[in-house]
Amino acid sequence: MSKQRKATPRARLAMLTYHALMLAISAIFLLPFYWMTISAFKTNAEIFSDPVTWLPDPIRWENVTSLLTRDDFPFVQQFLNSVFYAGTVALLVCLSCSLAAYSFGCLRWRGRNLVFGLTICALLMPTIVTFLPVYLAWSKIGLTGSYWPLITPFLFGDAFFIFMLRQFFMGVPRELLDAARLDGASEFRIWWQIVMPQLRTPLIIVGLFATVYTWNEFFMPLIYLQDREAFPLSVGLFTFQSQRAVEWSVSMMGAFLTALPMIVLFLFTQRLFQRGLSSTGLK
Amino acid sequence: MPITAPIAPQAAPLLPRRNRKAQRAEARAGLFFALPWIIGMTIFVALPLIVTFYIAQTKFQIVGAPKWVGLQNYEALLRDPAFWKSAQNTLIFAAISVPLKLIIALGLALLLNRATALLGFYRTVFYLPFLMPAVAGSVVFMLLLTPNAGPVNIALEAMGLNPPDWLLDPKAALWTLILLSLWPLGVETLVFLGGLQNIPKDVSEAADLDSPKRWHKLVWITLPLITPMVLFNLVIGIIYSFQVFTQAIVIGGTTGTPAESTLMYMVVLYRAAFRYFNMGLAAAMATVLFVVVLILTLLIFKTARSWVHYEGGET
Repeated sequence: MSKQRKATPRARLAMLTYHALMLAISAIFLLPFYWMTISAFKTNAEIFSDPVTWLPDPIRWENVTSLLTRDDFPFVQQFLNSVFYAGTVALLVCLSCSLAAYSFGCLRWRGRNLVFGLTICALLMPTIVTFLPVYLAWSKIGLTGSYWPLITPFLFGDAFFIFMLRQFFMGVPRELLDAARLDGASEFRIWWQIVMPQLRTPLIIVGLFATVYTWNEFFMPLIYLQDREAFPLSVGLFTFQSQRAVEWSVSMMGAFLTALPMIVLFLFTQRLFQRGLSSTGLK
Repeated sequence: MPITAPIAPQAAPLLPRRNRKAQRAEARAGLFFALPWIIGMTIFVALPLIVTFYIAQTKFQIVGAPKWVGLQNYEALLRDPAFWKSAQNTLIFAAISVPLKLIIALGLALLLNRATALLGFYRTVFYLPFLMPAVAGSVVFMLLLTPNAGPVNIALEAMGLNPPDWLLDPKAALWTLILLSLWPLGVETLVFLGGLQNIPKDVSEAADLDSPKRWHKLVWITLPLITPMVLFNLVIGIIYSFQVFTQAIVIGGTTGTPAESTLMYMVVLYRAAFRYFNMGLAAAMATVLFVVVLILTLLIFKTARSWVHYEGGET
């Protein structure tokens, strides 16, 4: 800003020190990413070479193909599983949570504050105290080993995403809804044809958060799925790593390709993520 | 307090008086739209919670019917060294990781708040680790911290230091896990940054005039204004760190290698339920954790009245 024009040498020095510090901290934060990436393109021997090599030379592109063709790490299948899992959850979350968010944010009804209060309790409820009976119920029906137990809960909604969406729904002007009601539109139509199209961006934000959250989810798929072919990437990588701990270059390529889609997604949609974070009600 | 704040009053209706019928229709619609979620909360949160309390007092091996045994599972827990060891590890982990994470995140947010150039870049860098799947992040840390051959130790040795064996040393492994938990702090940092950026300019400038010392401004003006974010990050941090699982099982397996030093509460619970099929014991562990987290959360909310500052209001 205008500061730069009249920067004294002293201010310039302070600025330099500041950026030097920030870049140093950034380097620490980025080091694991960097090390993962270069190790993914090295052989095992090169990973542990002394002195340390900071660039893979040559770049072992064959690591990609050797990962994709392994029997003990069906990467492509698990990648598709992850896409299916994350995509379905994101879609369901957008639909189911916006129903509840419309009710909490746009409609007035007796008991609303109570139900919303309970939603906050559900949000703070540790998974550890609820997952056992749910697991036992699914196992009784015989649906463990499938994606049903992982996806069905999101058909009904999710406390965190309802909480997040409600902030946006509260911003819809009441006049707009009242005008539509005067025209005789049903509440369902108002929700679907007026409110939802207006909140397209918030819905995409929530969908993005749900995608990242589900892509990285580990515990639930771990307890419900048994077949290597059915695992999402998080569990697949874990299983491979715990059985083949010494094959670091394959593990690193696996980690790299597991993390990459979310990082790319984030870099392309950063602005939306920022807005999502500032909307969690903590202004 | 932001997350339980009552629903903000909406703008008064445009129409002078809405008739009863319309009000009733709206109330019906409200319940109708919330119904799927009310059902979901009942099936997936409320009922399981009660059933967990029940299973905790039974002998139940998945097959067959649960058999009522009263408090036997709790007695078995008290005699189980793995329970105590994992409880101890988890408490140490939470007690150090949560405050440390908050302090570092706040520090980073304060630094970010001063940036004019490159703000977007720094923000992205601090946020990225959060996007890293916990499994992948843990595996990468194992490689980075390999004794003798990992880059971190080679660098530290080159500086003439004597680095620990990190994950191989039972004395250092838990601390390494804490170190790993400090890496993904992007969300906490950005929540704090949001709070800092919302401090009105005139408040901040008036403080600059009043007291030339930065330190005073931080303690008396800035910190009180972001206490709601501290509360939020603290509560969420505690709830999550008590359930730490992924990093612990990737690094220490189900036995908490080396020498049970990374054995976490959730891992022991997982082991009881899915290795030994002792659902009663697992449910008892879940109940104990629930009570501890509940008491802690209530205590924090209770004391919050005295240290959390809300703009424009007492309490």
